[in-house]
Amino acid sequence: MRLRSFVAAVAATAMGISLAACGGGDKNDSSGGGSGGDQTLTYWASNQGTSLDNDKEVLTPVLQKFTQDTGIKVNLEVIGWNDLQTRIQTAITSGQAPDVVNIGNTWAASLQATDAFLPFDGDAMGAIGGKDKFVPTALATGGKEGTDPTSVPLYGLAYGLYYNKAMFAAAGLQPPKTWEEMVTDAQKLTNPAKKQWGMALAAGSYTENVHFAFINAAQNKADWFDKDGKPTFTGDGNVQGVLRYLDLMQKDKVANPSNAQYDNGTKSVNDFATKKVAMVINQNNADSSIVANGMKAGEYGVVPFPAPSGAEQVASHVAGINLSVFKNTKHKDAALKFVKYMTDAQTQTTLGKPFSSLPVLKDAKPVFTTDAAEAATFQDVYNTKSKPLPLVPAEDQFESTVGKAMNSMFAKIATGGTVTADDVKAALKTAQDQVAAGS
Amino acid sequence: MSVATQEATPAAAKPAKKTKRGPEHRPGLNRWLPYLLLAPAVLAELLIHIIPMLVGIWMSFIKLTKFFIANWSAAPSAGLNNYKVALDFNNAVGEGLLKSFGVTVAFSLITVALSWVLGMAAAVALQPPFRGRGIIRTFFLVPYALPAYAGILTWNFMLQRDTGAVNHVLNQLHLSDGRTFWLIGSNALVSLITVATWKLWTFAFLTLMAGLQSIPGDLYEAASVDGAGNLRQWRNITLPSLRPVNLVLVLVLFLWTFSDFNTPYVLFGTAQPPAGDLITFHIYNASFLTWNFGTGAAMSVLLLIFLMIVTGAYLLVTGRRSRRA
Repeated sequence: MRLRSFVAAVAATAMGISLAACGGGDKNDSSGGGSGGDQTLTYWASNQGTSLDNDKEVLTPVLQKFTQDTGIKVNLEVIGWNDLQTRIQTAITSGQAPDVVNIGNTWAASLQATDAFLPFDGDAMGAIGGKDKFVPTALATGGKEGTDPTSVPLYGLAYGLYYNKAMFAAAGLQPPKTWEEMVTDAQKLTNPAKKQWGMALAAGSYTENVHFAFINAAQNKADWFDKDGKPTFTGDGNVQGVLRYLDLMQKDKVANPSNAQYDNGTKSVNDFATKKVAMVINQNNADSSIVANGMKAGEYGVVPFPAPSGAEQVASHVAGINLSVFKNTKHKDAALKFVKYMTDAQTQTTLGKPFSSLPVLKDAKPVFTTDAAEAATFQDVYNTKSKPLPLVPAEDQFESTVGKAMNSMFAKIATGGTVTADDVKAALKTAQDQVAAGS
Repeated sequence: MSVATQEATPAAAKPAKKTKRGPEHRPGLNRWLPYLLLAPAVLAELLIHIIPMLVGIWMSFIKLTKFFIANWSAAPSAGLNNYKVALDFNNAVGEGLLKSFGVTVAFSLITVALSWVLGMAAAVALQPPFRGRGIIRTFFLVPYALPAYAGILTWNFMLQRDTGAVNHVLNQLHLSDGRTFWLIGSNALVSLITVATWKLWTFAFLTLMAGLQSIPGDLYEAASVDGAGNLRQWRNITLPSLRPVNLVLVLVLFLWTFSDFNTPYVLFGTAQPPAGDLITFHIYNASFLTWNFGTGAAMSVLLLIFLMIVTGAYLLVTGRRSRRA
């Protein structure tokens, strides 16, 4: 008797859950309104502008135009970076997903592995305008090599070294061309007594930290995964690359130890924009924040993030935002139309400026800045000095484990400890074990 | 998920006792009334706790990685593998779990002790009536009334190194150079305990204050006539009279702190330091950052088992002692 009523309760609950699920799914349709052929897409956008509201303001007229052109309505939600990955995970797990979603392009291979996203095969790719319209390196971030990508590039980004022209001129310095010059310049521009530092680092942000682990290791010609997708974190090039970046705070002392608490890139960019530091390494979307904080376009310059002399000239990973369609969408054609619209030349030009993004389309010109030299620098970095992050399913684990290890090492340095090459190696070994245990 | 189960059990048990004392004179209704009254609670318990817990236990035996979360039914069985990974302390995952467990035990013991001492001190101090007592009592309840998120976020601002109020005050008082890191490095545990105690002690205060109301005043009068001082009165009257309250209070405080998620999550954000790596937060990271929900579930089940053993042992030991007394 007791067992039977328990089973009944479980069954009732299961029914309740599935009913609720249906209800949730229907909501998208019914919000489209009464008239027959109406379709409504749900679109999750990432935070590209200066705030979530700013994103909404920028995107709303663009989406309205899409509705005018096609009759398809778009239900927009802008999601902050701290929540986006978890929201996507939840959507995959529950099946309660939006139709179209922005992803960080470094997640592409990991998300592809979940099998929850629509592959852009020949037909789908054709429907959005063909793969030839994209910059090849940008499209290569869409998924694992040799597969149909499950995402296509939307906004291109690349790292650059921003420097304050007035501070460099006052100290009689030229913008650095090598890592060594960068460190020397930064040391000359550091004066802790005056609360001025050569550089600001987002040293408490694991996503930023892991990018620098990757770029510095790439300059040492080191890889994080072998060709079978097995992690190779403890190689000498990886260890030395990580240590070189940590040493900006530890040995070179050109960054305020407080940076160890900077848990996102905006904080270091703000230090630069408010002229507390002379240099910051950031992606080109820093422009909107720098200007929003009162610095004018001519007051700063950008050069490629320099490698040590004699090392591989890698200045960035192929950064950016990709667009994915959930496989379980009920509006596949409408979703593909939307992807086509978002990646056409006109929309790219409209959004390039407010979101400070590099064009992902061949033959397109960057419009995010009026500074021709800056535009040329970033375009050059993006096209010729960028290496894609590892396109393996475990990429996300690489980001979290190595990034968090670097957070801890920066914290140790900031609180007065010392981090040696052996310590770095041990930390990377732990990270590697964690990745191995998860796959 | 399953961690929270422990908290609700004492609360859910209370109404059950009351219903037994229902009206005696209508045998038909009388027989069904208790079940009727219990039904909503049982149903809610089933929905909110039991079923997710069973799902969690099932998850711990499958290989639920990113390759299978879109289609759970396709996930292959992992046998005991998830548990093996979590309990292999020579391996990075197991070692991390063990460290986190140690931090959590230290954190819980200190937080519960501090909360209890503060709560007891305040409750006793505010026992005799005096002008302004009501205001102070209300004032003490502020941390409890404040939404947890807002309170902890305020602490996060106050504990910043360069701009935080804590460093500023310490510097003004010449107690430090004002350059202490509170949210990274080893101080993170101190900060975590401070914030958790701030959040929790009012609950201890409230419970003990209520308990104090039930001690008859003539006991204290008699004790004063016999010449017992305040400390003696507290030890020989207050403490034994509050024993039943304390038994429940300490257990509840412990279970709450041990499975505290909000405090580290809001206080540290994505940059949590190893010294503040509480176990529920650790499990969350193990599941969501590495997309390995099977291992995460196995860790949760281990935590559940641990808390059940602690609770069981606690109830057994204290129950035996009260029977002897």
